[in-house]
Amino acid sequence: MLRELDVDEVVKGQAGCSLDRRSFMRCALASGAALGSGAVLGGGAALGLSGVAEPAAAMPSGAAAETDDETRFIVEAKFYQKLSSRKIKCKLCPRECTVGDKERGYCGVRENRGGVYYSLVHSRVCAAHVDPIEKKPLFHYLPGTTAFSIATAGCNVNCKFCQNWDISQSRPEQVPSHYMPPQSVAEIAQQYSCPTIAYTYSEPVVFAEYLMDAADAGHAAGVRSIVVSNGYMQADAMKAAYGKMDAVKIDLKSFTESYYSKVVTGQLKPVLDSLVTLRKMGKWTEIVYLVLPTLNDSDAEFRGLAQWVKANLGADVPLHFTQFHPEYLLKNLPITPVPTLERAKAIADAEGLNYVYIGNVPGHPSQNTYCPKCRKMLVERVGFTASQVLIRKNSCPFCQQPIPGIWHA
Amino acid sequence: MSTAHNGDRRDFLKTSLSGAAYLCAGGVMAPFAAAEPAAEGAKSRVVVARDELLRGTGSTVDSQRMLALADRAMQALFDRDHPIDAWRHLVRPGDMVSLKVNTLGGRGISTNVHLVSAICDRLQEAGVKAADIVVWDRDSDEMERSGFHLAIGGDRVQCYGTDRVGYEEELSAYGSVGGRLSKILTRNCNALINVPVLKDHDGAGVTIALKNMYGVIHNPNKYHPNGCNPYVADLNMLPEIRGKMRLTICDATTAMYEGGPGFKPEHSWIANTLLASTDPVALDHTGWQIIERKRAEKGWKTLEAEERAPRYIATAADAEHRLGTNDPKKISLIEV
Repeated sequence: MLRELDVDEVVKGQAGCSLDRRSFMRCALASGAALGSGAVLGGGAALGLSGVAEPAAAMPSGAAAETDDETRFIVEAKFYQKLSSRKIKCKLCPRECTVGDKERGYCGVRENRGGVYYSLVHSRVCAAHVDPIEKKPLFHYLPGTTAFSIATAGCNVNCKFCQNWDISQSRPEQVPSHYMPPQSVAEIAQQYSCPTIAYTYSEPVVFAEYLMDAADAGHAAGVRSIVVSNGYMQADAMKAAYGKMDAVKIDLKSFTESYYSKVVTGQLKPVLDSLVTLRKMGKWTEIVYLVLPTLNDSDAEFRGLAQWVKANLGADVPLHFTQFHPEYLLKNLPITPVPTLERAKAIADAEGLNYVYIGNVPGHPSQNTYCPKCRKMLVERVGFTASQVLIRKNSCPFCQQPIPGIWHA
Repeated sequence: MSTAHNGDRRDFLKTSLSGAAYLCAGGVMAPFAAAEPAAEGAKSRVVVARDELLRGTGSTVDSQRMLALADRAMQALFDRDHPIDAWRHLVRPGDMVSLKVNTLGGRGISTNVHLVSAICDRLQEAGVKAADIVVWDRDSDEMERSGFHLAIGGDRVQCYGTDRVGYEEELSAYGSVGGRLSKILTRNCNALINVPVLKDHDGAGVTIALKNMYGVIHNPNKYHPNGCNPYVADLNMLPEIRGKMRLTICDATTAMYEGGPGFKPEHSWIANTLLASTDPVALDHTGWQIIERKRAEKGWKTLEAEERAPRYIATAADAEHRLGTNDPKKISLIEV
């Protein structure tokens, strides 16, 4: 039985501290030239730099286009059940929020209006980039290509280490956003030669309706879709939404319920169930485990995780141990030492997993892909760039060992 | 989306009070600390002020009777013969005072406009400039739907939501809570008066003074699991809240015993009551008991029996938080 971690003292180490907001590029569209729109998508009231905050007499102009026509972003939600007294029960994620009239679920982006549940973020993009696919990270999926990556506000958990908390932990009206209907998403991906649309940054579970529509538009245009997700989703919703994905990356935050409860405000078991569901669906899946010093970095946890992955998902599922950087509510913790990541990898290797990576450590040799049979390097990565891809016909060119993944478009 | 109002709509409040001169009787007033729970050995005072004729013979609150009721509550709380003396115990000229109202539930169960007007009148008579008073909640639209008229700029009491100024970029955190604070609280206020309502909450049990602070942060929806415990208590520990809070006056003119936080007229009752205290925990505990008595009267189970007793009240009183007391033996209940 894994040691249950007492994380209280560690997470309370941030008590009372004032934390700097991590700068996060809002939207590639705001960077102007690349996409030609020149639109600055910042909204928000004109604010004094210091002293008294002067209120806007009218709603801020930057957000006016969206707020004047908010109905564009509102669609009836899928995956919910109507109850009496105009309440609803959301069936999207294991929280199963029971939401009264005029209230929102935990995620903050779905709202009950008169007994009908609505998503408030369909086509409401607050972050958009063209990213290398290795950044997701997806290492066994179209290496060296790019993904047009988008997100809306909202999330169904509250990880204390979230690096995108300024959008994940916000309501949609609190972040500048841009109307980007599914067809536009597909067109922009094509325009920038991205073979893939990625739903990422915040938590795509909460914008499932949009994700599904955008994936359909993308496929119709020959563009694939992948999702970067916490996997905290009910099975039916997952089959419907992630069934449209060509690949999935799941952030498995830890291997204890205690950590999920105290640090993530979620649950472990539903995420493990999601991973099994994805395997049964035949979806290419990779797992990221963000290692937080003192919180989820025990040998027992690494070993338990590796054993579970091998037994339930198979030895060929890529597992990435990535380095934590202090953020959000856990700025009191240090960066994950590289030896800790190497220890995790060694344990997982010893348990028989074939593709174990170390992430967020540029230049580390464990970012490369090696043939599990002959140990030759097959994909060389420098940072987020796949500088050399030797895989041919889904196999090692040296010993013909099959190398699982989606290697070619 | 709301825009600036037309000029023919009356301002929320009277503009400046001419001859507002109810000056301090001389001498330098003591510096004001944030309201603190009673010192060791002393009791926390909670005033329950009631006026059966608050609405006269109709259904709407009479503004003059509301002013008189608020005066009575303040005089009793601070043991003063005149209401202005009571207010001068809390504020002084030069203070920037904000009144955090509760308008989420809509017109039926929101902070009463006449109560807020009465408070603003007395603040001005105590020497606070009209323009240095802000009536606020998280959202301007919600305030307007509850009967408040937005007032932005000019020499008048200000009235608007956080949506008009935004939240701080930096995160403020304590314990399990981290959120961005309304700039109204952080920049436009050095004295906070909490003006919640008295109502049931389907998750937290009750929502009164302590939980009214959920409207101060940008992400309150993240802090509803586990009956909002310990989140409500942790939130009230944030220095900007705890350090500025001077007083709670709870609007219990209409209260709700079931089905909150949205308005359920079938579960509300005309209580014609105000609760006032400088101890938000004691006030919340008292308000909770009022709701429980009404629930019992109407044949509803206790919140404990429904597994949603407001445990956050006890957490707020515990050794770590010490935001006030929930011990009836340490609460002095004053009914006027």
